[in-house]
Amino acid sequence: MDNLIELRNIYKTYHLGEVDLPVLKGISLEIERGELVTLMGASGSGKSTLMHILGCLDHPTSGEYWLDGRETSRFGPKERARLRNRIIGFVFQSFNLLSRTTALENVVMPLSYTRERLAEHQKRQRAVEMLEKVGLAGRVHHHPSQLSGGEQQRVAIARSLINQPEVLLADEPTGNLDSHTSEEILEMFQQLNKDEGITIILVTHDPGVARHARRTIRIKDGLIEGTV
Amino acid sequence: MAATALRRNIMRTLLTTLGIVIDVAAVITMMEIGNGASLAIQRTLTSLGANTLVIIPGAQNVGGINYGIGSQTTLSPNDADAIAKACPAVSAVAPIVRARAQIVYGNKNWVPTYIQGSTPSFLQVRDWTTMAEGEAFTEHDVLNASKVCMVGKTIVRELFAGHSPIGKEIRVRNVAFKVIGVLSQKGANMMGQDQDDIVLAPWTTIKYRVVATTLSGGNQSTTNTSNVTEVNSLTMMYPNISTSLYPTQSTNEAADLPQPIRFANVDQNLTTARGPAWIQAAIEQITDVIRENHHLRPTVLDDFRVRDMTEITKAMSSTTELITRLLMYVAMISLVVGGVGIMNIMLVSVTERTREIGLRMAVGAEPNDILRQFLIEAVVLCLAGGIMGIIVGRGASMLVSRVLHWPTAPSMGAIIAAVVVSASVGVIFGFYPAWKGSRLDPIDALRYE
Repeated sequence: MDNLIELRNIYKTYHLGEVDLPVLKGISLEIERGELVTLMGASGSGKSTLMHILGCLDHPTSGEYWLDGRETSRFGPKERARLRNRIIGFVFQSFNLLSRTTALENVVMPLSYTRERLAEHQKRQRAVEMLEKVGLAGRVHHHPSQLSGGEQQRVAIARSLINQPEVLLADEPTGNLDSHTSEEILEMFQQLNKDEGITIILVTHDPGVARHARRTIRIKDGLIEGTV
Repeated sequence: MAATALRRNIMRTLLTTLGIVIDVAAVITMMEIGNGASLAIQRTLTSLGANTLVIIPGAQNVGGINYGIGSQTTLSPNDADAIAKACPAVSAVAPIVRARAQIVYGNKNWVPTYIQGSTPSFLQVRDWTTMAEGEAFTEHDVLNASKVCMVGKTIVRELFAGHSPIGKEIRVRNVAFKVIGVLSQKGANMMGQDQDDIVLAPWTTIKYRVVATTLSGGNQSTTNTSNVTEVNSLTMMYPNISTSLYPTQSTNEAADLPQPIRFANVDQNLTTARGPAWIQAAIEQITDVIRENHHLRPTVLDDFRVRDMTEITKAMSSTTELITRLLMYVAMISLVVGGVGIMNIMLVSVTERTREIGLRMAVGAEPNDILRQFLIEAVVLCLAGGIMGIIVGRGASMLVSRVLHWPTAPSMGAIIAAVVVSASVGVIFGFYPAWKGSRLDPIDALRYE
């Protein structure tokens, strides 16, 4: 049993002035290495909050979060940043590419925050490899404005892979794409999962997307469905 | 990385730095003008003789009433000889007699700024030993009061239309002088007077033949006015007795301050010290020698003054220094204004790029990385503005020197200062926006519209 991710009784409560807003009310789940799972839930279910905690963008109010053998719930901002750099990769619904910057520079960007410094040409080489992997070898010097939605998302995926993370977190990756392109992107996720063995968590509310994963975790009202 | 970010929006970069550019340009131009002014003073100083000391007769001050500098006729050419002999710190000394008169050649006339009578050592004192043409007069000419003279380039231009004046005769107050030499070009002195507008002759000739006053007169130049341009052969042969503008000593005063009767007095003595280090020593030695020569008792005040150039240059440069410093303060203030502009734009930039900051944090940027990134952008912005300002400033000062003919000189110190200051402005005024950016919460930042 090789659990990449283990959540034990995770609670997350937002303190808004005098009002406490509990969003996650005791989440426990396990995700093995190499899995391709979907995280599904309606808006307001706590899906986004759970994703933020999984992605180390936020810390739980209580509970344990074991990531790659490390308990990270008490990590400070700096350590969490380091995790986000090496262990976790992000893909967003709105791509979030830097405008007026080439695809290559976009993909290289996370490397400027990596502690282990690479030489310039090494960085570029890796970026080109990643872009080749997502099938954009011919678009290396294009700006986002010169790329289609699908191509932009692929650049984003290449960026998320540049540091060879253990897990990829995709937040509604096909939300801004048409059905045909969505299909392409989801197939790419499947392929990456199969060939590279990278663990992928797709967060979505679309059942059509969920079909592409072998396992679906549903969340409702701050709890995993099926939990008592 | 910062440069790429700035390049993404060139127009905004240019407009933001405009404040810094103008400010730095103004500072550079100003400092170059100030530098040019002080260098011009230096140059005139050197041409005037940085080590030159002027000895002028003192003010008659008897019974509490001061009659003004030059009221005593106390400097004599003997003083010059004594100084030359007894002051080792002095390298050359020359007595000077001044006159103001019209000079005539053919159908042209002119009133030179300087008509001076002196000895050959004058050229040494004024560092004017190279003649453009011809030769200088000699000690022999001084002894004989020969009617020879040297003229400056301006006289050649005005009276001789540029042709060689050697051997020709000019009339100075109806005394015919033969021109035997032309002095080399010197240009204007720091007070704007044309140093080439000069007629130089033996002082004996000027004193006895041209000005023609006796020892009882006061300051030479002041008594000129009473000498009318009367053409009379008698005037030439017998010296006039003119009215003196300053009171002469009464018999009592003469008894109090016994002086040997002088047969000659001069307006000034010009001396050069051997070098800047010798100036103080020279002043002391000259004072001692002249006091002895004038038979002044230890309790009596000097009846002369020794002035060195530093007083004059200090007076000259103090004005320029004051103005320069004032303008610097104004520049400082405008720099602060420019800095506030930078801070403003950086704040806008940080707000605009909130999502970008969120993204960077999501891929692993620590708050310090964000802080450093925006700080560097601010500094690069300011440095770029500073460098552009230096270029514009140099261009402006070149324009000033060409159009207004003010002296300007590039000042390395100003350029270095400009670079340092603009970088500091970037750091100081860029810090707050950068800090704000680093404090953003990645989740909120990513959601920012």
